[in-house]
Amino acid sequence: MVKTAVTLSGVPLDNPVIPASGTFGFGYEFAQWYDINCLGAISVKGTTREPRFGNPAPRIAETPGGMLNAVGLQNPGIDKVVAEELPKLREIYHKPILANISGFSLDEFVECCAKADVSPHTNIIEVNVSCPNVHHGGMSFGTDPNMVYNVTKSVKEVCKKPVYVKLSPNVTDIVSIAKACEEGGADGLSLINTLMGMRLDIKKRKPILANLTGGLSGPAVFPVAVRMIWQVYEAVNLPIIGMGGVQTAEDVIELMLAGATAVQVGAANLVNPYACKEIIDNLPAVMERLGIQDITEIIGGAH
Amino acid sequence: MKRGLFTVKVNEGLAPGTFRMVLAGDTSAITGPGQFVNIALEGKFLRRPISVCDWEEGSLTIIYKVVGKGTDQMSKLPVGTELDILTGLGNGYDLDKSGDKPLLIGGGAGIPPMFALAKKLLAQGKTPAVILGFNKAEELFLEEEFKALRMAVTVATADGSLGVKGFVTDAMPQEGYTHIYTCGPEPMLKAIYDKSVTSGQFSFEERMGCGFGACMGCTCKTKYGNKRICREGPVLEKEEIIW
Repeated sequence: MVKTAVTLSGVPLDNPVIPASGTFGFGYEFAQWYDINCLGAISVKGTTREPRFGNPAPRIAETPGGMLNAVGLQNPGIDKVVAEELPKLREIYHKPILANISGFSLDEFVECCAKADVSPHTNIIEVNVSCPNVHHGGMSFGTDPNMVYNVTKSVKEVCKKPVYVKLSPNVTDIVSIAKACEEGGADGLSLINTLMGMRLDIKKRKPILANLTGGLSGPAVFPVAVRMIWQVYEAVNLPIIGMGGVQTAEDVIELMLAGATAVQVGAANLVNPYACKEIIDNLPAVMERLGIQDITEIIGGAH
Repeated sequence: MKRGLFTVKVNEGLAPGTFRMVLAGDTSAITGPGQFVNIALEGKFLRRPISVCDWEEGSLTIIYKVVGKGTDQMSKLPVGTELDILTGLGNGYDLDKSGDKPLLIGGGAGIPPMFALAKKLLAQGKTPAVILGFNKAEELFLEEEFKALRMAVTVATADGSLGVKGFVTDAMPQEGYTHIYTCGPEPMLKAIYDKSVTSGQFSFEERMGCGFGACMGCTCKTKYGNKRICREGPVLEKEEIIW
């Protein structure tokens, strides 16, 4: 029997596979397809202080090897997430939960993270400084090392649970951002969020997305994820949750060899509701084929 | 909701750019007319959501228009092709609100779901009538199939080449129906909304990511709160619609 268990800052996971925030709602949609307790953990829908409707439609556009989304952080707000959504998820799910927090100001990040931290249902606070689809917030925090440092430090002061900062790939030098998180006291990093992109409707001669731009995800971004995880692993001494276009157990292995301790699966969930379960089911056989007895052995193994 | 492998049994042109596909597979997840299926296509990342025209145990029929590369690819699939399909998606029409004489109105690619709906209403002893809207006569499909159900069928064409000249609203009676069921392009739905004098159910279309409620890609605002077109829709009640 191969060992698939990993640990993220003291939080034990049966396996390294985590559905990524924004592709899995608050879990219960997927509980209708399979028992979600097979998952390593769940990263729930990105949450802000106020309830948000998100961006106008269309919010989705297809691309070669992936998709653009400009949902714009539709969510019921942190108070409702803590009071209703997380307890509802806990009725059917007893493995670790990553709260995913976004914000439009330093105060908002701090307030929401503090509320998520005291919820008995959360295990890790994932701070999203990288949403490309909201203006004057989200990604603007994640593209400036000073801002990232400030958010990380301020959030760490109010959180007892491990804080993972989710990084944007829409930067010139991801290493400088990762280092700012480390200096700010982050317990770990999640990368990569989506890459900002755009499609046009050539008949209407207009952008497809009402928001004009959206975040690119899907297998098209996988090599970018491998590269950035590799670079960050070389430069900082923090556990990494790797993500970006993961579709198979082999992809999980590849991101772990690049330096990830655990791996999130995003867009794949939207085209195959069983994506995470199938990756988890396939993982032991792929490990055996590759001669991996304990998956923790391969973290950063390609360096 | 279910994922299953379906085999293409029929894939034939009904009118220029309009095709009928019959698929064999497990249809047990389909609970009512107005629901849709989401079809995975080779080389395409996202699935194609298509409304169900008709279904029975082990078989379902879709009628689809070629509007882009994905549907063009579908139109060329040979009989025997296996397709990965999610079935039983969306809420579908509520038959209990129909009254005795419901009026069904389909426009173009919005016509197919009216067919299974008409069959179910007839099976309940109701007396549905249907209005089919096209741009021109050569686009016509399903008229004979509706007539074979022994129900009142009115055709409207925008250019007047067949039936009533004008839009489906030009063929709509002022009164005499008990409920509206409709599906079609949004300007048509709005015109029907404005002209109709009864309650009604309107089926909407939106670009979708997943089709089963996970991605929030197709959310719209209603008077009863935010709804996902793929999950709490595609059918919305007249009184909750915000234009």
